[in-house]
Amino acid sequence: MTKTITIAHGNGGEENNELIKSVFYKHFKNDILAKSEDAAVIEDGKLAFTTDSFTVSPLFFPGGDIGKLAVCGTCNDLAMMGAKPKYITCSVIIEEGFPTRDLEKIVKSMKKELEINGAIVVSGDTKVVPRGSVDKLFINTTGIGEIQHKGISASNLKDGMSVLVSRDVGTHGATIFAAREGIELESTLQTDCASLYPEVKKLMDAGIAIVAMRDATRGGVSAVLNEWAKSSDVCVEVTEESIPVQEEVRGICEMLGFEAVDLANEGTFVLCVAKADEAKALEVLQDTHKTATVIASVSEQYKGRVILNSSWGTKRFLDLPTGELLPRIC
Amino acid sequence: MMNAQIERVILMQELELKNLYDDFRDGKTIQAYAKIIAKDAKKLEKPINIMEVCGGHTHTIMKFGLPQLLPKNVNFIHGPGCPVCIMPKERIDHAYVLSMQENVILVTLGDMIKVPGSNGSLQDARAKGADVRFVYSPMECIKIAKDNPDKTVIFFAIGFETTTPMTAVLVEQVIKLKIPNILFHINHVTVPEVMVELIDSRDVHVDSYNNQIDAFLGPSHVSVIAGSKIYDKFPKDYGRPVVVTGFEPVDAMQGISMIVKQFVEERCELEVQYKRVVNHDGNLKAQGLINTYFEKMSLFRWRGLGNVPDSGLKLRDVYAHLDAEKVYKSVLPIAEIEDHKLCICGDILRGMAKPQECTIFGTACKPTTPIGSCMVSSEGACAAYYKYGNLIDTSKSVSE
Repeated sequence: MTKTITIAHGNGGEENNELIKSVFYKHFKNDILAKSEDAAVIEDGKLAFTTDSFTVSPLFFPGGDIGKLAVCGTCNDLAMMGAKPKYITCSVIIEEGFPTRDLEKIVKSMKKELEINGAIVVSGDTKVVPRGSVDKLFINTTGIGEIQHKGISASNLKDGMSVLVSRDVGTHGATIFAAREGIELESTLQTDCASLYPEVKKLMDAGIAIVAMRDATRGGVSAVLNEWAKSSDVCVEVTEESIPVQEEVRGICEMLGFEAVDLANEGTFVLCVAKADEAKALEVLQDTHKTATVIASVSEQYKGRVILNSSWGTKRFLDLPTGELLPRIC
Repeated sequence: MMNAQIERVILMQELELKNLYDDFRDGKTIQAYAKIIAKDAKKLEKPINIMEVCGGHTHTIMKFGLPQLLPKNVNFIHGPGCPVCIMPKERIDHAYVLSMQENVILVTLGDMIKVPGSNGSLQDARAKGADVRFVYSPMECIKIAKDNPDKTVIFFAIGFETTTPMTAVLVEQVIKLKIPNILFHINHVTVPEVMVELIDSRDVHVDSYNNQIDAFLGPSHVSVIAGSKIYDKFPKDYGRPVVVTGFEPVDAMQGISMIVKQFVEERCELEVQYKRVVNHDGNLKAQGLINTYFEKMSLFRWRGLGNVPDSGLKLRDVYAHLDAEKVYKSVLPIAEIEDHKLCICGDILRGMAKPQECTIFGTACKPTTPIGSCMVSSEGACAAYYKYGNLIDTSKSVSE
């Protein structure tokens, strides 16, 4: 571990994992935390419990804002454990001078998203700090959900299973990049930020046995697949061509030297089911997003690793993203 | 009518975006080139080593797994064309020291902020409170300077012929708009001079001129600016064919196929695979702009390669007042700093070794904790091997 924390330690990839392990897990160690799922499963598997903080810049971006993100993020972590989001807390840290109108706009958008999830805010906290102490506004949300589908876990993957994505990948990351100050990129991209519980409910209602499920936030699809491969000690073999990516996202990736599978999503999840459930799961997912597709299968070729198979017969590892996401320079 | 027109425009835009890469990543075309290369390579009398000079090519080659498609007697060796990798530690220390000066905003491009100098990287400097920013276009410095009139913006300029014109445009604007608070630290280097050095260099360890380079894959984007003319002398005076090649996998495979054909047909020529953009003269306007503001440095020290004559650029003396190396001369360290003893970046940059021959590759030296610069930049050979290379047959070494 380095002496000081750098931006790379918050990237959702390798450095982030190192920070969590060498500082937080070391001191907070317990059996529930050790499972490192999207949300903790507590009370004999009845409840899912999670927390998340939101620091996005800019606060308002095409297709969403920090408020929508703050509700989606926490509710989605619950939904990914097969839980129905129920009770949420909301803490905000506000920089002195922040426009009240903007705050209300953000809170309204939180309300709208809570309704989609059928969840309510039951407790909260407000802190105002002097100018410069935070960048405009940070939000933390914590949530409790009622587990409706038991046994979802990153360590359940087995040889022969199928891996699907719920829609085209990398949209949120690309949208934020394009919207950031200092990058003169015009695009019509919109974030994928959305509440996933309704889609998860459809899967459960269709009787699909969900093996593993995770929303591909920071670190993108790469991080999810790598975590699954490690936790389950299997190889995830991705067919590179099948990964759905919007043209504009691809364009931004090409220009800045990113890979869409490394970019963050806020309303896209990765799903693992038995081969027998594949067709049905795909049908359900495509009912919401036409771009949902099967991207990978589970094998035992290189245990603990993710590999990408190209359409011209070569293969390579797909690693966890590392470092700060920076553009290539030439 | 209006709608039809708009639709056509939209359709055209979509087509353009896709066409930039789709056809050049077509699996069938790539496989077809692999077959042609395999067939021609059977006629080769001895194995050939092709050096891709540019880190962008290294990245393409590894990312798309191209070595897996080539016969055993066609081998890549990776060149020094990664502007971040070749930066000697003392110049990284310059950036670090400059960023720590009071009222300075240090601006640079991409991966540069991750390279460790002797005090740490610019990322570390930022964590300690320095104002370090990375930009996509040097022109963004103007906005930063205008927003911070009481600070000095120092643009730490890096890159080969491809990025030099952008720095030249910024110098031009700073002068034209009379912007008082932008300075430059110039680290621009040029491709042909270092290629000569690689062919002519003596390996100090074994005291011989034992480079393994049989041919060069020239980077297309450098020739978009500088033309293919910069390589005229390599077939003529040094007996090394050069094929100026694009960066998509179909481009690279076609470029390799052209090189193999030259050997089979016993030709030694300069050819251009990337005909869709590159011509012999290049972009004369950009070249003029570079000449207006920059001149050759007699020596530039490259990491691992040492001093290479005429390979670096500096601001012309009339613009010395814009040169941060001169303005901050008193605080900048001057001693040359050697690399970590176990790091073999130097041998890798000269094409004498491959990353997996390094004892600390993937163990002590990883992208998260880089020791050598080749592990830092995504264009560095070590980083590309670490990220993509593990599935590739590593039995092929440079000397094979």
